[in-house]
Amino acid sequence: MSADQPTTVTDRRAEVAASLADVARTPGAAKPDPIVVADHVTRHFGGMTAVDVDHLEVQRGAITALIGPNGAGKTTLFNLLTGFDRPSTGEWTFDGRSLHGVAAARVARSGMVRTFQLTKALSRMTVMENMRLGAPDQPGERLVTALVPALWRPREKAITEQAEELLARFKLDTKRDDFAGSLSGGQRKLLEMARALMSSPRMLMLDEPMAGVNPALTQSLLGHIESLRDEGTTVLFVEHDMHMVRHISDWVVVMAEGRIVAEGPPETVMQDQAVVDAYLGKHHDTDLGDDSLLSDEVTEQLEAEVRAEEDTRTEETR
Amino acid sequence: MRTVLAVLVLSVTALLAAAPAHAAAEAPCVADVATGCINGTIRNSDREPAPGVSLEIAGAGTTVTVVTDAEGRWSAAVTVPGPYTVKVDPATLPEGDVLRDPSANPRTVNATLGQATGALFPLVAADGSGPTPAPGATGAPGTGNGEVGTPSNSQQDTGFSWDRLAQQTVSGLIFGILLALASVGLSLIYGTTGLSNFAHGEQVTLGGILAYVGCQLLGLPVVVSGVLAVIAGAASGWLQDAGIWHPLRRRRVGTTQQMIVTIGLSMALQYTYQFFFGGGSLRIVTTNPTTLTFGPVRVTVTSLVSVAIAALVLGAVAYFLLGTRVGRATRAVSDNPALAAASGIGVERIIRLVWVLGAALAALGGVLMGLYLNATSWSMGAALLLLMFAAVTLGGLGAAFGALVGSIVIGVVVEVANLFIPSDMRYAAALLILIVVLLVRPQGILGRAERIG
Amino acid sequence: MDWNNILTNVAGEFFAPTTAAYALAAIGLNIHFGLTGLINMGQAGFMLLGAYGFAISTIAGWPLWAAVLVAIACAAVFGLILGIPTLKLRGDYLAIVTIAAAEIVRLIGRSTALTEITGASSGLRGNDYKHTFQDSSPFGDGNFQLGPFDYSLSASNSWWVRIVGWAAVGLACLLVWLLIRSPWGRVLKGIREDEDAVRSLGKNVYSYKMQALILGGCIGAVAGIIYVLPRAVQPDSMGRPMTFFVWTILLLGGAATVFGPVLGSIIFWASLMLIKSVMRAGVPDSIMRTEQIEQFGWIVVGVTLMLLIIFRPQGILGDKKELAIDVR
Repeated sequence: MSADQPTTVTDRRAEVAASLADVARTPGAAKPDPIVVADHVTRHFGGMTAVDVDHLEVQRGAITALIGPNGAGKTTLFNLLTGFDRPSTGEWTFDGRSLHGVAAARVARSGMVRTFQLTKALSRMTVMENMRLGAPDQPGERLVTALVPALWRPREKAITEQAEELLARFKLDTKRDDFAGSLSGGQRKLLEMARALMSSPRMLMLDEPMAGVNPALTQSLLGHIESLRDEGTTVLFVEHDMHMVRHISDWVVVMAEGRIVAEGPPETVMQDQAVVDAYLGKHHDTDLGDDSLLSDEVTEQLEAEVRAEEDTRTEETR
Repeated sequence: MRTVLAVLVLSVTALLAAAPAHAAAEAPCVADVATGCINGTIRNSDREPAPGVSLEIAGAGTTVTVVTDAEGRWSAAVTVPGPYTVKVDPATLPEGDVLRDPSANPRTVNATLGQATGALFPLVAADGSGPTPAPGATGAPGTGNGEVGTPSNSQQDTGFSWDRLAQQTVSGLIFGILLALASVGLSLIYGTTGLSNFAHGEQVTLGGILAYVGCQLLGLPVVVSGVLAVIAGAASGWLQDAGIWHPLRRRRVGTTQQMIVTIGLSMALQYTYQFFFGGGSLRIVTTNPTTLTFGPVRVTVTSLVSVAIAALVLGAVAYFLLGTRVGRATRAVSDNPALAAASGIGVERIIRLVWVLGAALAALGGVLMGLYLNATSWSMGAALLLLMFAAVTLGGLGAAFGALVGSIVIGVVVEVANLFIPSDMRYAAALLILIVVLLVRPQGILGRAERIG
Repeated sequence: MDWNNILTNVAGEFFAPTTAAYALAAIGLNIHFGLTGLINMGQAGFMLLGAYGFAISTIAGWPLWAAVLVAIACAAVFGLILGIPTLKLRGDYLAIVTIAAAEIVRLIGRSTALTEITGASSGLRGNDYKHTFQDSSPFGDGNFQLGPFDYSLSASNSWWVRIVGWAAVGLACLLVWLLIRSPWGRVLKGIREDEDAVRSLGKNVYSYKMQALILGGCIGAVAGIIYVLPRAVQPDSMGRPMTFFVWTILLLGGAATVFGPVLGSIIFWASLMLIKSVMRAGVPDSIMRTEQIEQFGWIVVGVTLMLLIIFRPQGILGDKKELAIDVR
């Protein structure tokens, strides 16, 4: 697969790999140039501890994967980092600025934009309106200036141009005026990612970007994520698809029962005893680093479990 | 005559309490052995209540001035029987209206102690034209005043004393337990279907009105008509779910939409009751209640029996939910409908059962509340609805036992608030608590936090 | 049956002050519900506060413009107080809290403890606060007849209140028209669809909801002023049924549209008048008394609301594809 990637990707990947070469393969390892530094982040739901992360650093400009079995606290950690949930304790910084207790909208404005596991395309708005909504600094979004179109038309024009470029890049330009609800699941994922890029974030947080995407679109999604890294954007993603993890990530963080149990490059981290233990019980005899096994029935089984879990979650939130 | 009296007592007792200063002018009349009442209702040429009309009642050496309230009602108390002249001040009549028969102003009535005597003053439009359209203002006859009257032994004045605290606490407990009958059903329906049922108050009213029909129109004993009212209430719950809510769920109509449907239903039902039974109060039982005295606390036998019945029924509901298979299934549906369905529970059957149970409980609540408050009316349930919501929210939306506790808290708050604030604001106090709860502990009390993503 | 009289009455409803007031209130609610998805069940509370604010400050001797500002300020503060605890919670809590808050306003307003300020349950007499508005009329005294419609020029239920009322409706429509097309309106629409998504894009959802709640509430307050100018301030005529009528009007015309509320209000009051006039003239008293006809009219309203929300939630003008009610 890597054969058909442009050479720059490989170069950039190699560069990032080199910068992470000396990082210790231990949970909470220090990175040479961290963009996110979190300390003692915990989140309790009633008596249950969903997240208990002692220390975590995310390397700037790298693609970091956050993996772990169901209920490991990945999405909760995601929600905490992006301000969608309040931690019980803990501190973290993004690009040197503390984000503890900062509301989700301000986290996004500071350059850390996320997507959702169940896509939140605004289905009764057109694709273009979705894109425009992602843009920052539109004076027309203030109540008073909204009443004088002359004050916001120029910015609207610039936004629209930017949106059209992004849509072309994500091959959604033909859907420009369709309702987002009419898109396929994969297209919605693409739209959500494109929309997040409207604010040119320094860090993109993707919550299961591959969930529900049909295989035909997988490759293009992976390509987009890799090209983001090439442009210098930091990517942190939660994923169950081991293929994707192996294929594009520069660094893997493994969570289990709310804690970080292992860290390392994708090639080696799967063999870590802690990781095997984390997945133990259901798949203790499976080598998680072995693609041939994972790509077949085990992956399917894992995905089926994830889907089942998602369904229950969806029911719960109703 | 006693019925008329009860109407007056119930509709205006609240006004009495807060304004001792105005008592001379505005005291609503309570007839007893030493007091007689002269009263009436003034309606404008559109037959809408005419508030603010001033009347002068003179006789037996005294003169009092009274003003009609929002319902156009007025009353005056007299302590000496005999003839009194009642005179309307024409300057205070609604704009454009005049007395139909100016020669009958002033008119003389004969007051009797222990009874109410009516004096009517019909109005017509000054220009002689037909009723002038005044839409919106016509909403007034249907608009409940938000008060459902006060039990006869509830204290009416503000001001604190330990004796009165005891009295009000007991009144509050009684009120709370009766309220719980209605709230538990509301909570069960919310728990199993996610629907905030704004028409639940009308189920309560249905119980009260059916008891009135049984006792007063059919002449049945109170127990029989109460039981029949509860059975009919249960049947209405079955019908409602089968006829409206089940089809809506099958159409996958969202709960927000369904909630607006309940609002339409509530409006339609309220005016239907009014259509058939009028806007006044309806006394289920017309005999005066016997009062028992325990130290500083006075309670009527009726309310004691009511509370006993309510407590028994609530106990039975608790046993049903905790101790029986179907009850446990109900709670499972409440917790997680999808999971319950997956484990073989017939969710729709449970929901149907909950509607029947909830409506029956509400009807029982309506019967007992109507007895406790001495009367029922088309708006009784609507006035209680927000208190039920307050109780259910306080206890945790969808938690049946929470609703029970919440109801008792709300009941006590409403009655004890009487000691500190004007009694016509006591419902406001309960609603304020609702808002404060949401402000202070929205997640803790309102149940599950939502997962994002 | 005197059809001439009936049709004149019905046509009079097309531009009656009450119709304008309800249209205005529905425009306010449209900003809450149609644009933002907020379920405000207390619009009557905003209207009542506006009416009290206007009437009480006028009675206290304040000039017209100041009294209007007081009314708007009351609604703004009310919206702020309501919004703080509820805008972060799920939709149905907002519904319960707003309906409760509107009841609190009414219960306090009608309390005898405040008789000297609010007039308790009898309310405030129209003549006590109408003078500043009537004095502002350029028309002077007297009546004016236009076709079959004969109203006074300035006093009470006048041409003047009609002109001002409908001018306010026109302005509010213009405001909504501008806002719906602006990026501000786009953010509200996004919030209506999925507020977490909008939040993830860096928009302060809470602040937008608050702006919408207050803006719609202030329009409601102006509606309250228009509503009480031809009559009296009566707390009991501005209770829950009023809110429900406003909802019916909004859903009838079409939420999230510019002219839906106006069309809804005209149709609502005109058809109600038609039903009631025809029944008054055609149904003998022995079958249905006058007040029963009144109640029958409201039963029809309740049933209409139910049928509308089930079968045509987008109303007359709305677009099914982007109907405002969350179908989840």
